[in-house]
Parts: sequence; structure tokens; C-alpha cells
Amino acid sequence: MSRIDLNNMEGVYFDILKEIGNIGAGNATTALAQLLNSKVDMKVPKVALLEFSEVGAAMGGEEQLMAGIYQLVEGDITGSIMFLLEEKSAITLISKLMGTPEVDNVSEFGDMEMSALKEIGNIITGSYLSSLSTLCNLKIISSIPAISIDMCGSILSVPAIEFGEVGDKMLLIQTEFSDDLKLDGFFILVPDLESYDKILSSLGM
Amino acid sequence: MIKVGMADLKLCKAPDAITTLGLGSCVGIALRDPITKVGGLAHIMLPDSTKISNNTCIAKFADTGIAELVRIMVASGASRNRIVAKIAGGAQMFALQSKSESMAVGARNAEAVVKILGEMKIPILAQDTGDSYGRTVEFYPETGDFVIKAVGRDIKKI
Repeated sequence: MSRIDLNNMEGVYFDILKEIGNIGAGNATTALAQLLNSKVDMKVPKVALLEFSEVGAAMGGEEQLMAGIYQLVEGDITGSIMFLLEEKSAITLISKLMGTPEVDNVSEFGDMEMSALKEIGNIITGSYLSSLSTLCNLKIISSIPAISIDMCGSILSVPAIEFGEVGDKMLLIQTEFSDDLKLDGFFILVPDLESYDKILSSLGM
Repeated sequence: MIKVGMADLKLCKAPDAITTLGLGSCVGIALRDPITKVGGLAHIMLPDSTKISNNTCIAKFADTGIAELVRIMVASGASRNRIVAKIAGGAQMFALQSKSESMAVGARNAEAVVKILGEMKIPILAQDTGDSYGRTVEFYPETGDFVIKAVGRDIKKI
């Protein structure tokens, strides 16, 4: 029996997951700053355990256009990780990275832009996972990334379904990057229940 | 417009309309009795409640969700024998090859819904499932129109 019940997660377990979220997002910020060669600050991430019906609203509405970069996680823990950027942030980021003017609409993105976004997601989730890996001394490997630009609700259905197999709530880490450029990003880490146990055990819990 | 969330289901009687936003790999099931115009919409996430121990949320699964929607519709004046269905969703949002079955969950959801409706002898009048894009749906029990909206695509009425 797993020690974690996603429907009734309280106190110390939630605090640990929150702290992992903080550290991971911090590393991701550093990676982003290096990639863009620019100063990037991060606000304290908001970590929340939300009902499925609340997640869309928390991210600006189910129909909000977002870019979702999704990777499977293997090794000592298994599951998946997703990094989401809202439309405006994706446009700003691509313009900054590629030195091109901002497009009006993500539908103007071509293969090059999509590929760049995928790589950004890969770097950001990679730095997030590597902090988790170092902290817990666990081997964590991520698959090649896949991208989807669509309605927030549709993209979220993928991690939601994975969470749905074990509970009725989903763990969302919201990070706002700011300074030279302001970006709203979200992480969703979906370890299976066994992996939650491994993470906690590795931390001596 | 009545709003149905993820893993949720609601009753809707004409002249009201009902919607669910951003269906991805989930499936939206619109049911209706064309005579009494009592309808409803379910937004299910997973195919089968019996495969999962954590199954208290009945609206989350195709099997229990459809059964519950039929039950509340009949309780509100729909005739069980006249109920017909339209379905949408079940997309594969990400093109990832994986050993895990979860990536094909959209297709599994759509298949399960078709099978369950078949077993319950509820005819499927129209469906728009699969592919790789999200859908917002609106259902009008008055006419039975099921309107499907997707990013960068024309609005479809099925």
C-alpha cells in the first residue's frame, strides 16, 4: 500500500513535494537565463493540489491557448513531466531566442519555432528533473519531448488522465519568470504512486 | 449555457444548452431523448472503473459515467428506450512512442464509449473522435445539435 493518497495529502508530504517544486523551478530559471543570455528572475512558485475541474481555471481557462511540452520519465522513478507556457509567453520566448519579431499568433509558428519550443521545454524540464535526481540521489531519464499547441484543457487531459488513474486531484507547480521578460510557466510532474514512495524514502521519510 | 468540467456530468433540458471546454484525450458524451428533449453531457477521462481501485468518482469513467447520466435523465422524464448519443474527443494530443498504454488513452476512451453505448443499446447518431487536436463541444437538447469547435478549424455541427 502506498503511503501517498493523492486525495488526502497533507502536512509534511505536501511540503516536501512543494520544496522539490521550488528547487526544480529555481534550476529551471538558471537554465533559461543561460539559454537566453539574459537576466531571469523567478517568483516563488505556487504549488497546488487541485481538483481536475479547477486546473483549467487556475491556468487561465480551459480554452486558453498554450504550448505543452511533454516527456516521459524513466529510471528509478517512472511517470511523466510536462512544461506549459501560455501563448503570449511562448511567442515572447521564441522571439527572444531566435532574434525575430514577435508573431501575432502561435499558428504562425513553423517547424523551426516548434522545434525550438520543444528544446526549451526539454532544457527546462531537464534542469527540473536533474535537481530532483540530485536531491533524491535517484536515476531519472526523460524521453525525447513531444509538443502540442492547443487549448489548455485538451493538453491537460493527458497528465490529468495519468493522475486520474490514482486519484482525483493533480499537482500543479506554477512558476512566473520575470525581469527582462515576463513568462508564465507551469510544471506538472506525474510520478506514479510507487515513485512518490521512492522519492520520500530517498529523503529519509 | 451549463458547464461540465473534466470528470463531470450534468443534466440539461431544452431550451437550455450545455458545454464542456477543451476535450483532449477525454471523451464528451451527449445523450438526448428526442421527444421529451431531456439531455445531458458527460466528460469522461478513463475507459473502465473496474480496472482501477480508486473509482469513487463515477463521472471519471466511461462505464459508470454513462450509466449515471442515463439514470438522472430517466429520473427527469427521459424515456430509456428513446435515448440517443453523439460523442466527441478521444484525441491523441502528443505524438510519443511509449511502452506505457497511457499515450493511446484517447483511442481507448473512444472505443470504450462506443462499446458501452452498444451494450446499453443506445444508438450513436454521430461522432467526431480521434486525431490530435482538442475540441470544445456544445450540445442543444432542443434540436440535438452537437457543435464542435477546435483551434484553427471550422466549427462543425454533427
